[in-house]
Amino acid sequence: MASPEYLRVERLPHVWCPGCGHGMITHALACAMTELELDPRHTAVIGGIGCSGRAAFLFNMDTMHTTHGRAVVFATGLKLVRPNLTIVLTLGDGDAIGIGGNHFIHACRRNVDLTAIIYNNSIYGQTGGQVAPTTPVHKKSTTSPYGNLEHPFDIARLAIAAGATYVARTTSFDFPDMIKYMKRGIAHKGFAVIEVLTHCPTYYGRLNDLRDPYEMLHTIKEQTVPIEEWAQLTEEERADKIVIGELHCQERPEFVESYYELIAQMRGT
Amino acid sequence: MREQELVQGNEACARGAIYAGCRFFAGYPITPSSEIMEYLARELPKVGGVCLQMEDEIASISAVIGASWGGAKAMTATSGPGFSLMQESIGYAAMTETPCVIVDAQRGGPSTGQPTKVSQGDVMQARWGTHGDHPIIVLTASWVREVFEMTVHAFNLSEKYRVPVILLLDEILAHLRENVILPEPGELEVVERRRPERLEGFKPFSNEMMLCFGEGGRVMVTGMSHDELGFPAQGKKAAEQLQRILTKIESRAEELALYRGRFLDDADAVIISYGITSRAVEEAVRLLRADGLAVGWLDLKTLWPFPERLVRSCTERAQYVLVPELNWGQLVREVERVVGGRVEHLGRLDGYLITPDEIARRVQERCNPLTPLLPSQGRGDGGEGETV
Repeated sequence: MASPEYLRVERLPHVWCPGCGHGMITHALACAMTELELDPRHTAVIGGIGCSGRAAFLFNMDTMHTTHGRAVVFATGLKLVRPNLTIVLTLGDGDAIGIGGNHFIHACRRNVDLTAIIYNNSIYGQTGGQVAPTTPVHKKSTTSPYGNLEHPFDIARLAIAAGATYVARTTSFDFPDMIKYMKRGIAHKGFAVIEVLTHCPTYYGRLNDLRDPYEMLHTIKEQTVPIEEWAQLTEEERADKIVIGELHCQERPEFVESYYELIAQMRGT
Repeated sequence: MREQELVQGNEACARGAIYAGCRFFAGYPITPSSEIMEYLARELPKVGGVCLQMEDEIASISAVIGASWGGAKAMTATSGPGFSLMQESIGYAAMTETPCVIVDAQRGGPSTGQPTKVSQGDVMQARWGTHGDHPIIVLTASWVREVFEMTVHAFNLSEKYRVPVILLLDEILAHLRENVILPEPGELEVVERRRPERLEGFKPFSNEMMLCFGEGGRVMVTGMSHDELGFPAQGKKAAEQLQRILTKIESRAEELALYRGRFLDDADAVIISYGITSRAVEEAVRLLRADGLAVGWLDLKTLWPFPERLVRSCTERAQYVLVPELNWGQLVREVERVVGGRVEHLGRLDGYLITPDEIARRVQERCNPLTPLLPSQGRGDGGEGETV
């Protein structure tokens, strides 16, 4: 259960389309905050631009709706000045690894103690259903009307390769898992990425014969394979499947802590 | 008393920032501003501050805005190409009334241009670079000690009015080393950010007091048009907020105007200059006065908001106004708008300074004897100046 303490309930209902998965992810985040008993006065949510960025308006704490793709760097500046703030990012796929791809990989590398929740619906929703760097090959969008010719990014694998120290992937179907990984990501000291595969019935679904929200959610779920079973699959069986679960967890010096150690050293304290 | 020391312009800027209380810097290497970041990377940790080298200039200004909302006085420094990249977030800072300082050490442009050569080509970009009507303050400097003072001043104005302040330096001043005595602690005023006395009922976007993150205020910050509480607003509410943030700077144009005036009382001809070009003008005015010409000089430190009333009053009796600047004609447009057809531009695009001789010669040609000046004359002579 999410405590209403964490939400600006007066701003509900939210702006997302009927059947959209973003409300479920946002709900899971509020549940994770509740279960972690975070102090809302020392927690901040920073969103980018796009449908996902709108989540920032809903949390009853310090919140920032930034520019497109840059939420992670706004948060980096904030965290360095306010190391005691717990900062969660609500990013979309286009936001995080399209326009913000450069910032994203450097945030992974830098390992600042932030938690990025990536609402991955494989499309640009807010602007009307354009192709995203996460849109699967051959899938349609308003700007790939004959099917996408580009190869998509695998966000979780990108995050691991770039140096993120906690990476998990799940779907908006797996509500308890979303909460579990969000809690672990927030508790993790370092840059944590929780990619949530979700559905956009309004655009992705309508353009790809998956109009029904539940059917679409179910289709996403069926594509996934838990990491525990992944190893047993042959290369052939893995094609068109997506591995989910806790994919990566590593201890590495956290950047803000390292910087404050440097300050202490320089000041001889 | 402090000793005289040999200080580079970029170093003076960095030291001025620390003096002003800057405790966060984020930047990306670019000629001719890199020494600012190099100095701060060494010195900021010693005073408890943070200096970050980011992945690009977009990240730099964005991190600065994040840090400012964390409560720190924050700055970034760059040059032309990086300044272009920063424009979107400069607009975000203006829209969200975020105090921050952006230093642009101007180099020859457009594009990569002449990275190691001087220019004053970013005057209009500093004012209008980001989209939409927005408030901004733009300062400049001509001497190394002045770079220090203007950096402090940039922070003071930014914190006082909750507005991004751009400090326009240039390649020569950034790299110039001069013998200076820099201000002692306490010598210059340092303005601190005003905080609301109580959280209850405080509207974070209604005045120049600022409630930062981590202070229990549950602040909402967005670059969307917003109401006094920071939540999205449209129509009349959006217009009212925008008018408030525009007016708070525009209505103070005269009080924000920093300048030096010389020999203006009896001037038949007035030279209006700013930044590095003012150094040549100072010598030119000396030469012209020695020749018996009644030449006055207005040296502007505040470029935006443009000090209209000041420029109008200083040029009232002048029959000739010359605006030398290292570009194809930028601030001269504002001067023309205010003064009218008596204005001529003297420009240069080859990456060298306008010399005192060039300026003095131009004034002599026009004023001795006083020849009529066509309004269209004067533009387009950039790059033809002799290289000395």
